[in-house]
Amino acid sequence: MDEDIKNNEVILKLENIKKYFPVQKSLIDQIFAGKIEYVRAVDDVSITIKRGEAFGLAGESGSGKTTIGRLAIGLEELTEGKANFDGMDLGTLSPEELRKLRRRMQVIFQDPMASLNPRMSLGNTVMQGLKIHYPEKADKHRDMVLTMFEKVGLTPPLFYYNKYPHQISGGQRQRVVIARALITQPDLVLADEPVAMADVSVRALLLDLMLHLKDEFDLTYLFITHDLATAKYICDRIGILYLGKLAEVSTVKEVYQHPLHPYTRALLAAVPVPDPKKRRTEPMPKGEIPNPIDPPSGCRFHPRCPIARPDCSEIEPQLRELRPGHFVACRYA
Amino acid sequence: MDKETLIKVRDLSVTYQTRIGPVSAVDHVDFDVYEGEILGLVGESGCGKSTLGKALLRMIDPPGEISNGQIIFSGEDIMQYDDKQMRDFRGRKSSMIFQDPMTSLNPVQRVDQHLIETIQVHEKDVSSTSALEIATKMIKRLGIGEDRMISYPHQLSGGMRQRVMTGIGLILNANLIVADEATTSLDVIVEAKLADQLREIRDEFGISLLMITHNIALVAEMADRIAVMYAGHMVEIGDIFDVFENPMHPYTKGLLESVPNIRFNASEELYKMPGEPPNLTRPPEGCRFHPRCPKAMPICSRIEPSMIEVEPARFIHCWLY
Repeated sequence: MDEDIKNNEVILKLENIKKYFPVQKSLIDQIFAGKIEYVRAVDDVSITIKRGEAFGLAGESGSGKTTIGRLAIGLEELTEGKANFDGMDLGTLSPEELRKLRRRMQVIFQDPMASLNPRMSLGNTVMQGLKIHYPEKADKHRDMVLTMFEKVGLTPPLFYYNKYPHQISGGQRQRVVIARALITQPDLVLADEPVAMADVSVRALLLDLMLHLKDEFDLTYLFITHDLATAKYICDRIGILYLGKLAEVSTVKEVYQHPLHPYTRALLAAVPVPDPKKRRTEPMPKGEIPNPIDPPSGCRFHPRCPIARPDCSEIEPQLRELRPGHFVACRYA
Repeated sequence: MDKETLIKVRDLSVTYQTRIGPVSAVDHVDFDVYEGEILGLVGESGCGKSTLGKALLRMIDPPGEISNGQIIFSGEDIMQYDDKQMRDFRGRKSSMIFQDPMTSLNPVQRVDQHLIETIQVHEKDVSSTSALEIATKMIKRLGIGEDRMISYPHQLSGGMRQRVMTGIGLILNANLIVADEATTSLDVIVEAKLADQLREIRDEFGISLLMITHNIALVAEMADRIAVMYAGHMVEIGDIFDVFENPMHPYTKGLLESVPNIRFNASEELYKMPGEPPNLTRPPEGCRFHPRCPKAMPICSRIEPSMIEVEPARFIHCWLY
């Protein structure tokens, strides 16, 4: 076993994980085309997340960020590779063991209206996790829920306890989702675009709450986002994904101040800055994100890359440590 | 500002009749759109910005209605137009781009058919051949390959669909384009490219662009002026540089300080505005922002302030000024 897993520093280790989804085709196409095509949503990605860290995964639509999150907590089966949570290989666990382990890895999704049951009261919603994972404490469930409501800023807690999702605002709903995730006392929280739906003024409050709760409950976050500006406020390290592969990984500060991969540079430059005196002058990369069924050979970014050389279409770049703790998958960065 | 005014909006209100009584989604709003400018209209969900955008083209559907006010477009009050004049106005003088191009484009019509139809509905005597010629020119101008003319919407990427929508808006030389969250569903690089293109189009065609968005950073990137709405009221209007340099309305100030900034030399703390936007069925008395305002005074909860020009071309709706 790895040195770092043994000494308890690493909570999540993804090793060369791959996820290929078969493309649904009509029967006739299947017979005549002969072979099944796959969307290579995640293609050989390795990530190590330390205990207590907030690790961000950022990329555009189709980069594989959500799939990696789902693979990391066993919501999706790996095509290849290993997902290791706190020393346990998720691929070797039985469904029952995985269910038990879910207490320790919880999820916050983007749309609280879609992830809350409209016919279940908020108190009952948050209590579900306790009923499943702490049935022996049944007499304390109500108090535990009320305490958690207080922690996530749903005060006075009794006011919210019997309310239903449609009776509260979007920001409050996301607080309920956070409460539901934290009530089982997880170690790892997968937050998939948790503030993307919220208005700016509400977003700042939710981000602050998430930072606060991370310290209070010693959480580790896997924070998935398309919004690099938001990631800056919550993440310690960040991985930039392009078409199912990691382009660059380091601390947020390092990546944002010294982006080395041409894709990361373009992505960062594209983010508008809330200051009219700092308008963007950099040109944007040509073309659009290619089809992940048939990604470009070699480096997947080469057809759009401003510094591409002839062999970029032949040799697939591996992550290299170009600065201390800063890994880049580009041969000419 | 020595720019010509394209639209003057005066005392405009939009009211929705609901079971629990009338809701004024837009409440006595005054503002101008200048010729050739990009005006960013920002605010949070439910502040009335989209309703206001639709009202400019008189596209409010029942149970909503424009209950008060004037919309003067190039000197004419379009509130007086009949249906036929309005149809002509939408398309020839103004047009709208929405957030989701997949729902605005007809899924069983090709790109060329969309454009040709738009031309021929308004210009009956244009032949199909010359309409196709105009359409092809426009599509090429927008950086879409000519081969895409025979594509259906589902065969295009999100960015391309939005450019087709823009093309439909521009093809009759409209003076005003209302873009309602036009870039919101796009990825950031695609969004940046569309933003560049909209700016170029403005320069080339001299159109006015009313950009309705919750993305304040994008407005900073693109707009000449900014208008801020809160709970159905216009609270601040001014030059983009002035407003970002010195936001005067407490809501604008709070809003700008709560926008995440990717730069590391920016403030590391986001402003955390207390509370949430009000429910418009029971808006707060007086200034609608007073329950969340750090500078609220006794008068704020009693009497609504009026919009005043505190500096040349700078309008504020607040008792502090």
